[in-house]
Amino acid sequence: MNTDSNVYTIVYSIVLVVIVAVLLAVVNQGLKARQEANKLLDTQKQMLVALNQDIDNCDDPAALYDSLVKDTVMCGESPVIVFEVEGQTKYMLRLHGQGLWGGIGGYMALNDDCNTVFGINFNHESETPGLGGEIVTEKFRSQFFNKHIKDAQGNLRSIAVLKEGKQAPEGQEQVDAWAGATITSTGVSDMLAANMEEYRAFLMEKTEQCCAQADKKCCTGQACCTADGGCKDGQCCDQCSCAKDGQCCANCSCQDCQCQTKCKED
Amino acid sequence: MALSKKTKEAFLGPLNINNPVLVQILGICSALAVTVQLKPALVMGISVTIIVALSNVVISLMRKSIPMRIRIIVQLVVVAALVTIVSEILKAFAYDVAMQLSVYIGLIITNCILMGRLEAFAMTNNPLDSLMDGLGNGFGYAWILVVVAFVRELLGSGKLLGYQIIPDSWYVANGGFYENCGMMLMPAMALILVGCIIWAHRSINDKETK
Repeated sequence: MNTDSNVYTIVYSIVLVVIVAVLLAVVNQGLKARQEANKLLDTQKQMLVALNQDIDNCDDPAALYDSLVKDTVMCGESPVIVFEVEGQTKYMLRLHGQGLWGGIGGYMALNDDCNTVFGINFNHESETPGLGGEIVTEKFRSQFFNKHIKDAQGNLRSIAVLKEGKQAPEGQEQVDAWAGATITSTGVSDMLAANMEEYRAFLMEKTEQCCAQADKKCCTGQACCTADGGCKDGQCCDQCSCAKDGQCCANCSCQDCQCQTKCKED
Repeated sequence: MALSKKTKEAFLGPLNINNPVLVQILGICSALAVTVQLKPALVMGISVTIIVALSNVVISLMRKSIPMRIRIIVQLVVVAALVTIVSEILKAFAYDVAMQLSVYIGLIITNCILMGRLEAFAMTNNPLDSLMDGLGNGFGYAWILVVVAFVRELLGSGKLLGYQIIPDSWYVANGGFYENCGMMLMPAMALILVGCIIWAHRSINDKETK
């Protein structure tokens, strides 16, 4: 048979392409259910890491996830997943941004004040191993724990990722960039800023709601104060201790507040 | 089962005398990309070996029916289909590995060694020889990656397979005298290391042949 004739070549290529297409379609459809289950489990595991759960020694991460997750609320297009860890409410925000070679993402868990970072987890598509790829490590992640995404006045500020020695603008908290991975670190910083903005409505409004539920006043979007204490410059006055004559005790600057509490030292 | 001399040569040649990276200078691009750490280099080496061996066998089985004018396209279709299927299977049954390999899986399709072996060997040889040729070239490629990654990870990060090898107390930051060589993390150093290996390889083999 002449394998070089035009008819043979055309028929051969058509048959080959059809066989390959059918084969790929069958493989894809046959494995789809398993792949999606894997993907879902992976997302759940990432959130569990962001909640500081030990998933390496956990036999059934899916069951652990189900036991912690409570609710999902939407903030515009972005989901906020509500968890309850050891009796405390945590809000999970989804992060997505751009690194050096491809997308980066992650999950950030906030305490119920919508300000303090409880845990965070990063993932990336294709950052350089040993450099940008190190953002997934415990060493990088743990820097974020207990940082605040709002300043003392309650403005949303995000958290800056900066080279050692550089100083974030007043009021913004910062963590160290990964040495040698400048663009990835900047990517993380930009991602946090952009995603905080995306969740702004939720983060600001939720604080008001929390305070109202606890029968407290919201101090410009940040802290909850007892209703009789009042606010001054984003600080709760009831957190200060003042002497009887209205003067402040050491390390306290709320002269103008109507202080209700007294100095313990006096 | 006694293998013929040709079959043995198909497997052993690419490991040394006819090494795809050192002698044919193929697959250099991925040698730069995946050798910063040892682990991805190992995984990439194994993946390429499997894909080269499989596609060599498939093309060898089809070799008598392939029209010469579209043979490169046919080879490409076979390789792309194989890589896609392997990637789908990994995603379903070994999700963690698939995630680590995400970028490299795509890189396998563009690896020049694959097309080189299909065109130069599988098109004209029987399936058994082609299988051995695929395995030989895969391992020949893998050992270079592993050697380069070993040097780069050890000198660049002080680690091997992610475990700290250089004692922490040696580092300048902890009052010691040692500092990691940041140059090793740059892609250019992979080229320089491959160059050094080629140099050593040539000078040893030249003496043997003379």
